[in-house]
Amino acid sequence: MNLSKILKNVFLVVIFGLIVTACATKKSVKTTTESTTTTKAAETQKADPIEKLDALMQGDVYIGSDTVGELASGVPDRVFFATNETILTTASRETLRKQAAWLRQNPDVTVVVEGHADERGTREYNLALGERRANAAKDYLMTYGVSSDRIKVLSYGKERPVDSGSNPLSWSKNRRSVTVKAN
Amino acid sequence: MKKNLFLIILFYVILKPSISFSLVEIDITRGNLDPMPISVSPFFSDRITDENIKKNLNIENLGLEISRVIENNLEKTGLFDAIEKEAFLQKPDIAHLKPRFEDWALIKSQVLITGKVTSKIINEKDYINVEFKLWDVLGAKMVDGFSLTTTPRSWRRVGHKISDKVYQRLTGESGYFDTRIIYVAEEGPKTQRIKKLALMDQDGFNTKYITLGSELVLTPRFNPANDKEITYMSYFRNMPRVYIVNLQTGKQKVVGDFRGMTFAPRFSPDGKKLIMSLAKDGNSEIWVRNLETNIQEKLTDHPSIDTSPSYSPDGKFITFNSDRSGYQQIYVMRSDGSKVKRISFGKGIYGTPVWSPRGDLIAFTKLHKGKFFIGVMRTDGTGERLLTENFYQEAPSWSPNGRIIIFYRETKTDDKGQGFSAKLWSIDLTGYNERLVSTETDASDPSWSSLLGN
Repeated sequence: MNLSKILKNVFLVVIFGLIVTACATKKSVKTTTESTTTTKAAETQKADPIEKLDALMQGDVYIGSDTVGELASGVPDRVFFATNETILTTASRETLRKQAAWLRQNPDVTVVVEGHADERGTREYNLALGERRANAAKDYLMTYGVSSDRIKVLSYGKERPVDSGSNPLSWSKNRRSVTVKAN
Repeated sequence: MKKNLFLIILFYVILKPSISFSLVEIDITRGNLDPMPISVSPFFSDRITDENIKKNLNIENLGLEISRVIENNLEKTGLFDAIEKEAFLQKPDIAHLKPRFEDWALIKSQVLITGKVTSKIINEKDYINVEFKLWDVLGAKMVDGFSLTTTPRSWRRVGHKISDKVYQRLTGESGYFDTRIIYVAEEGPKTQRIKKLALMDQDGFNTKYITLGSELVLTPRFNPANDKEITYMSYFRNMPRVYIVNLQTGKQKVVGDFRGMTFAPRFSPDGKKLIMSLAKDGNSEIWVRNLETNIQEKLTDHPSIDTSPSYSPDGKFITFNSDRSGYQQIYVMRSDGSKVKRISFGKGIYGTPVWSPRGDLIAFTKLHKGKFFIGVMRTDGTGERLLTENFYQEAPSWSPNGRIIIFYRETKTDDKGQGFSAKLWSIDLTGYNERLVSTETDASDPSWSSLLGN
């Protein structure tokens, strides 16, 4: 093994280390995708989960279907958020419009919108964040014609994760608001 | 000037031994790498006492047990090194009357604690009298001691009170052993955690569960002015609200009449007010409620998340965290809500500020580069010091003497989502002496009481 090869290996190890560190921080996915090619060259086995992750998250918002239930047939029950964010994505707005349409068709139904956060924040802040997320969903349902007295908001903060993993994908599934029938 | 300084130092060195007791005082402002050797002799008791105590408590040798409580307390400070009892050359009863100091010096003990337990019957009720003496081995004299009478089942508290006296005598700081910790006991899988309020002695004994686990409970905190009272947050009937509980009567009441979720409660230092957050319509603000007049008032007014408020010990200021700058940071304001000032400017996000009972520092949680830190800073935000780093930890709470911080730490789960745990830990303000605080179950959200009253 010559010196340049050793240096190259050291470099790859360093890069991989950086990726691992980056995964724990906010802009994790971007960094991960950018460095995928380097990692692939180093270790093809490691590249697979990263590509898979890419298909399940956009930015760090979950876009997969795991854990997603139905409020009614063809109406997903939940929307997902980016770290520390309460902004509704295009996909989230589409889900909420479906929920609003169904709720308009079923005027007797009342719902609880549960707001949740991932485990990477302090408990009290996450309670507030969950409340903010649930209200973001509630406000959107209201703009599509569901009256506010049919929607209760309940923040669980980080107390009720759906995925018990300690990784960016698990966290993305836990940053959510879920619309649940209350009657 | 230099010469003067030299003279002052010389003067100090020469005079110090004669102006204080010869007993070496411990400097607890530094990490103590050289703990003081100490001997805690088993407390002596006569045969009648032993029989009475066996009948009352089913304990064979209460004097030995009390000495172990003291030993354990002192060792956990990291400042003392308890010498094995097998090495002791003198019998407990004789040592308590008058130690043979040469024998204790021989086993390198600098300090000796002796005592005596006597059972008593007053008005047909059983009591124990415990006498204790603190001896300076090198100075060959008794330096402190007391005697107290209590019910047999309070025997551990006697051990804690003695520990407090010894700690105070040897460090010059008030102790923190006769205290309790209220926390959230946790069980079950991470996705369906069952949480109960639990109360225990500072050393992990006498655990009592205050709630049954039928509803989610979070963030219990002692009233600093009344150790029989706590505040916490409960999801009773799916209405997350702040409650106050009397630990003696078990009576509890919801605090205030708010539309929306109340959370993050803390008492004022005099126990007469409660500060908390109210989340309503997507915005969290800090409120104060006067518990005597029932008048409540909003203190912050900002569209960001304002939460985790904590009073300064003089009650004049409140520290809290807010994401009004974009990320969670620590702020200080006057207790009427005026003069809001950001104090945290380091890299990362900051939360859960808690004012030290000594008033000079604020403990906090910090998230930076995917790691969680517990740290302290001065109340103007300068002098930030990070005490401990881990995958996840938060919720610092101060010992009543402001020397130790207790917090909780969660472990990272593996690929299958297994291996989760939550435990209480403590660390000295020096950043040394990090310790697991033993609890019967998993635990989080600790709050340390003031020194207990009677």
